[in-house]
Amino acid sequence: MRTDDLIKALGADAKPAPLPQRGAWRLAIGLAVPVAAAVFFVILGPRPDIAAAMHTARFLFKFVFTLALAGGALAVLYRLSMPGAPARRAAPLLLVAPLLMAAAVALEMAVVPAGDWTTRLVGHNMLVCLASIPIIGAGPLALFVAALRHGAPTRPGLAGAVAGLAAGGLAATFYAAHCTDDSPLFVATWYTLAIAALALAGAVVSRRLARW
Amino acid sequence: MRGKDEVELARLMRAALAGDEKAYADVLYRLAALVRGFVRRRTAAGGIDPEDIVQDTLLAIHLKRHTWRPDAPVLPWVYAIARFKLVDAFRRRGRRIEVDIDAVAETAAEPEAETVSERDLARVLESLSPGQRSVVAAISVDGRSIGETATLLGMSETAVRVALHRGLAAIARRFGQEPS
Repeated sequence: MRTDDLIKALGADAKPAPLPQRGAWRLAIGLAVPVAAAVFFVILGPRPDIAAAMHTARFLFKFVFTLALAGGALAVLYRLSMPGAPARRAAPLLLVAPLLMAAAVALEMAVVPAGDWTTRLVGHNMLVCLASIPIIGAGPLALFVAALRHGAPTRPGLAGAVAGLAAGGLAATFYAAHCTDDSPLFVATWYTLAIAALALAGAVVSRRLARW
Repeated sequence: MRGKDEVELARLMRAALAGDEKAYADVLYRLAALVRGFVRRRTAAGGIDPEDIVQDTLLAIHLKRHTWRPDAPVLPWVYAIARFKLVDAFRRRGRRIEVDIDAVAETAAEPEAETVSERDLARVLESLSPGQRSVVAAISVDGRSIGETATLLGMSETAVRVALHRGLAAIARRFGQEPS
């Protein structure tokens, strides 16, 4: 087959130009937030004492953690979807949330007596947490994988895992408004497990679906 | 020279993305020559027809052209795609290779011409539906325009464009499966 013949065919297929990848991400994120919100309000809703909780540092820190995770993951994911984009340079953004969490856990262990650590870690809602975050995050993950399919990830598995982190961070942001376990010990354990499940699912699905 | 090349390639790419078919064919010819130089060096050990990879890469460039950011340089994007397609071809043949991304800067600049792959065009077209096959053949082999092809086959121009686009996507999928 002559390459010149192929180029003639490709050249004739110039119109219409596909949706720019940046636009695809805007669309995916713009849909993921309302989808996650809708599922959250249908299955859980915010906790009744949310107004009082807003004045406590532990409650607010949950959102700092989940938003840092979602933001860092989305920044890396955006770059992983385009060949030659500097994803590696953005990779340290993924460390922000775990470092914040490590500091919060250290602080919690400093101010709470050792005898109470286990109670706080186990909390009251671990099963709800483990189930809800993946359920709320499933829609956003599907949207992010669809955006990856539209793009050209040279590492589909890795990109899918980061898509799972982004979806998990977004889902956990909503879930945090419901959950009454505010200790960083609880969040570091159960949120992390639930988000890791989404990352694993994202990696498996993307390896199959985001190949090109 | 590299800087001037890059400016020209970016200008052509922007025009192509705006729908300029002439600029698009022009940029694809230039990129094909550069990708050929890139791939040749990395398939010197044999076993893989470099022109297959050039064609895989051109199809991927085409189908994923919206992943180029208009404010980014063209060549790192193109070589990342070529490298991905090269690794993929080796993987399908059951061989692992390291394609050194840093070596790109020094070694990729020489454009090379010679443009026939061992793939049989008839076999490539076989994987298409009859409608797609006649459209792709008319435009690629016979060099007809969209308008001429529409008149020749008694189709609307839109239908020709749709058949062409779907045909090319089908060819890309087919290339992605066979051990090249």
